[in-house]
Amino acid sequence: MAERTVSWGPRASNKLIGTETTRLDGVDKASGSAKYTADMNQEGTLYARLLTCKHASAKITRINVEPAKKIAGVHTVYLFKNEGDDCNWDGDIVAAVAAETADIAEDGVRAIEVTFEEHPHVVDEQDLDAARKAEATKEGIVDRTVGDPDKAIAEADVVHEGYYGIHTISHMCLEPHGAHCTWNNGDDGPKLTARHSTQAVSTTGAQFATKFGLDATDVRVICNFIGGGFGSKFAADEWGWAAAQMSKDTGRPVRLMLDRATELKTPGTRPSGFAKVTLAAKKNGLITAWKSHHWGTNGPQGGTIDGNQMPYVFDFENKRVEVTGIKTNCGPNRAWRAPNHPQLCAITDTAMTDLAAKLKMDPIDLYKANLGQLDKVAQENGDLYRAQLDRAAELMEWNKKFHAHGESGGGSVKRGLGVALHRWGGQSVKCEADVRLFEDGAAQVSIGSQDLGTGTRTVIAMVLAETCGLPIEKVTAKLGSSEYVYGNPSGGSITVGSVSGGTRRAALAAVWKLLDKVAAKYELDGKSLTVGNEAVWSGDKKVCSWKDACRLIGSVPISEVGASPLDDGLTSKLVGGVQMADVSVDTDTGIVRINKMVAVQDCGLVINEMTAKSQVYGGLIMGIAYALSEERIMDNKSGRYINADMENYRLPRIGDIGELVVEMYQPDSEYNRGVVGLGEPPVISTGAAIANAVANATGVRVPVLPMTPKRVLDALKGGQA
Amino acid sequence: MREHEQQRNGPGGFNRRDFLKGSGAVVAATAIATAEQEAQAQKAAAVQGPGKVDVTLTVNGKQHKLSIEPRTTLLDALRDQLNLTGCKDDYDTTSCSGSDTVIIDGKAVYASTRLAIEVQGQKIQTVESLRDGDKIDEVIAGFVKHDAMQCGFCTPGFVMATRAFLNQKPKATLEEIQSGLGGNICRCGTYKGITACALEIAKKGGA
Amino acid sequence: MRPFEYVSPTTEAEAVDALNDHDGQTMVLAGGTDLISLLQRDAVQTQRVVDIKKIDTLKTIEQVDDGVLIGATVTLDEALESPLLAGHDSIAQVIDGHRAIQIQSSGTLVGDLCQMPQCWYFRNGFGVLGRKDGESLAELGDNRYHAVFGNAGPAKFVCASRFAPSMVAWGAKVRVIGPGPEDEQFVPLEYFFVTPRLESQGVNVLKPGQLVTHIWLPKAADTKSAAYEVLESKGLDRPQAAAAVCLQTDGDFVRDARIVMGHVAPTPWIAHEAARALVGQRLDEDMAGRIGDLAVSKATPLTMNEYKVAMARAAVKRSLLRAVGKLDDALV
Repeated sequence: MAERTVSWGPRASNKLIGTETTRLDGVDKASGSAKYTADMNQEGTLYARLLTCKHASAKITRINVEPAKKIAGVHTVYLFKNEGDDCNWDGDIVAAVAAETADIAEDGVRAIEVTFEEHPHVVDEQDLDAARKAEATKEGIVDRTVGDPDKAIAEADVVHEGYYGIHTISHMCLEPHGAHCTWNNGDDGPKLTARHSTQAVSTTGAQFATKFGLDATDVRVICNFIGGGFGSKFAADEWGWAAAQMSKDTGRPVRLMLDRATELKTPGTRPSGFAKVTLAAKKNGLITAWKSHHWGTNGPQGGTIDGNQMPYVFDFENKRVEVTGIKTNCGPNRAWRAPNHPQLCAITDTAMTDLAAKLKMDPIDLYKANLGQLDKVAQENGDLYRAQLDRAAELMEWNKKFHAHGESGGGSVKRGLGVALHRWGGQSVKCEADVRLFEDGAAQVSIGSQDLGTGTRTVIAMVLAETCGLPIEKVTAKLGSSEYVYGNPSGGSITVGSVSGGTRRAALAAVWKLLDKVAAKYELDGKSLTVGNEAVWSGDKKVCSWKDACRLIGSVPISEVGASPLDDGLTSKLVGGVQMADVSVDTDTGIVRINKMVAVQDCGLVINEMTAKSQVYGGLIMGIAYALSEERIMDNKSGRYINADMENYRLPRIGDIGELVVEMYQPDSEYNRGVVGLGEPPVISTGAAIANAVANATGVRVPVLPMTPKRVLDALKGGQA
Repeated sequence: MREHEQQRNGPGGFNRRDFLKGSGAVVAATAIATAEQEAQAQKAAAVQGPGKVDVTLTVNGKQHKLSIEPRTTLLDALRDQLNLTGCKDDYDTTSCSGSDTVIIDGKAVYASTRLAIEVQGQKIQTVESLRDGDKIDEVIAGFVKHDAMQCGFCTPGFVMATRAFLNQKPKATLEEIQSGLGGNICRCGTYKGITACALEIAKKGGA
Repeated sequence: MRPFEYVSPTTEAEAVDALNDHDGQTMVLAGGTDLISLLQRDAVQTQRVVDIKKIDTLKTIEQVDDGVLIGATVTLDEALESPLLAGHDSIAQVIDGHRAIQIQSSGTLVGDLCQMPQCWYFRNGFGVLGRKDGESLAELGDNRYHAVFGNAGPAKFVCASRFAPSMVAWGAKVRVIGPGPEDEQFVPLEYFFVTPRLESQGVNVLKPGQLVTHIWLPKAADTKSAAYEVLESKGLDRPQAAAAVCLQTDGDFVRDARIVMGHVAPTPWIAHEAARALVGQRLDEDMAGRIGDLAVSKATPLTMNEYKVAMARAAVKRSLLRAVGKLDDALV
């Protein structure tokens, strides 16, 4: 019989992997049984509220918390800042109050006496001249020239110059950042339990420990469910420490969640990016030069998007890229789903579509003409993009519906198509999986990882069940506690690869041990045995049931820990992806409606087709959000993040998404290369595809995302003038 | 424009006499100065609070006696007093995301826009009422079947809005679903599954 | 929220009493969809909340001999179901346009008329005039959603009411009682809203201790009405501009017209001149467009909201076409 090798089984033999499997925690989530950090109520839990600075730039000249402490029901006050400290943006946290009820905590916040000395501020991230005048820029963050772009431009058949941009957005996790902390004064168990809304169950404990002079092993972090993170929930954060400190001070559990306004302002945003772009090309569409100057802000640090990756996906022989950062009194940035990529794509792919319009080419043909000029990361993707472009075009009925730039006919509602493409890495990282088989037939995998809503819990259960030949209901998958083996922080689309690789390795090793026991009992060659249909098989002959086999285990369970990543073919890296948009633009009101979106996305071996597709649908919808409506609005005059609530921070609703068509691109070649992560890629090219569709519909480029009715009408007015 | 208005309402516009000419119910609605009502006005309505007062809530068929301040919202009372945390707090003040949707006397309501004290005597239903162990409401089953969730934080509110909406419009069309459920927000992007779930149940309702 | 007292009167007289028998600020609670938010944001403060939902006389829609009376706690969905409002198309269209069952089942028509501005400066604590250190934030800051008419004075916000345009077009009145126990007046809705010059003037004529108990609407009879709200989202949203019309027609010709724009000024904005120009004309697409142009011809946009003029123009044009059944379904 075959040697035992670590691999995924033949595709056709899979019972679970590759199927659409409903998520294991679905009923708990939908019925409200799932407990999030924000839901934690224990005996005696105190509720915390925050005092934040309402100025863009100010010094605290006086702060007195005594009046707050005197309020009946207020237990403690934690100071984030003291007299003399600066607050650098609207929403910068000053203090927290913990009390018997949230209302009393608010009374406490109002009772704190605080005076600020206001300073001048810069919050305009779009007006480069104004930022330079205010000496708020960091010039030359990137200043790079390759080849001779000016010469190439001079010699080109066609040159396109354009202005593009994309505003800052917030993560807007529906469950805000926060923690529920409890100190254990008894002898047993960890000293501090942080029920923490986190994307990093295995790594934030040490951050709590360091702060409080504990060993990392004294801290237990629990996060069974997290209400959104999108890249912003990796750290313990000072508000986490505040919850722990206030719990320590009072001897009571403390729950501290950021209020919505603070959630939007403080724990991270996606930086803005604006750019002037020049593209040069030959008549056949071959691009010969790229020049871009970028600016924007990521808050007080004064950076913007990563110009080193410009142009996006493509690279051209002659290019020049300059980047200017703007230091602003805006909240700081954090990783936001596919950091940099949506902005890079919204600048590169829009410029390319405008070039195509100038060349009177179909933008798909322009992409194809340049697939020989992919950047270092994406250079293997040429054939993939060609296939994905063709498939997406088929699903969109592109050839039937496409019309030339702006030629959508009469009437006030104009319809158009747009396309864009993207890349992402998604390679797995260090992660462990602890698989145990018990004498009663139970099989369990546990990982100190977390399920962000991506379906991680279901994915590892599927891998374990597939490997053991069991139905999914008969295995247990545990996540969400730092007491399990190490799981990687979930960011960068690395989790499904990391946890499934580890689970498969551990499960195979465990099953092989079990088969050796069966082989010994029945005097067979262990390597000739297989599992399937809840039984052990020798060829097509059933040897014994799974339960009977497990009885051989005895009281000491089979226990195997599988590590990731190993170069054994279970996981891979690099994905492509193509998206297309069909939109209608009401040129009287400026309103853009999505008719249809198509996404063709690869991610290697797809474990759960259902949750994978959900990721892509979610990416499209988040893309629709930042393409059309969501943005942080900084008011220049007051310096405030003026729309920091759920009404004015505009997200699409259920009627705003049009028809969504998702196809997981998975020929056998994809299955064979193993698992690659999927979280980020489907949100990347949505914005550019929609922007291109609006341009195609109206014949006018709406340069800056989101394309609100105001920006559309303003652009149309300029375009007609 | 004044002329126009006078054309419609007659010379002199509208006055109290017009009200009094109306039906008996309207007379009752407007004739403040009856002897009986005069007497009622004397015994002014009771002022409660601002400190803690006794409040009885009927939630999922059970009565709960609470001692809370008048300012306590139904949302806080359900979550922090009764530990019914399926009703989610988005920590916003604009009350438009719908994560806190409950059903009161058959209608979907944002729990954060109600004071606990004002819904005494009304039938309050939270998402917890849609599950009894393994027995689950078809809306929950539909959300799972169509993977109408990711992080899950908006999901219970969406389930309650869908339940209330389908109770009102069991044969709803796609367009009706899209506008009826327009009061809820999902950040992860699960609208497609939610639509599919609601549409499937509505189609059964129409069969 | 700050602490407050709660009173739940069962008669109008008790309500007036509860609003007046103490010195502090009092506020009326009906559907709660706006008041609770304002209190949570601390944009307004009150010592007492008077919940009017237990007053039977405010719960109904009744016919009076020349019109319809809508009580202050009648919710949007109740109004939509009432046969007495079956002919008031513009009202039904705005109710439909709310696109959220939670608001439709809690929000009241009177509450909508009384709601405070959505202006983000007001909601963030800078008052309805949006001023800080003697300067108008709304004039100098981000005024993309602010007024394009009636904005010459210190008030730059737009009236938040979604029903005001259609109800003003219908010639609605509101019944106001208090502060005295016998005080009762009927205010034409077009005079209900106020463009304040001072913060203390408020956004409508209501004085402390008063409340709106009813809306009176004339019978629909043969009046054709329609509303058009420019809504960015197909879900719960605030219009960025709106218009409502009431027309009397003879065939294709307009005998009488009333056109009111919403969300463009601190009050509903009546397009007198445009309405006059429409009288005697045949109403078709071209004419509707010309009336739209006329309605917005005197707009005075602020630094960032010129686009709203185009929206208001579209709203007028489309509400006119909708009233006579000539609006393309795709644009509804």
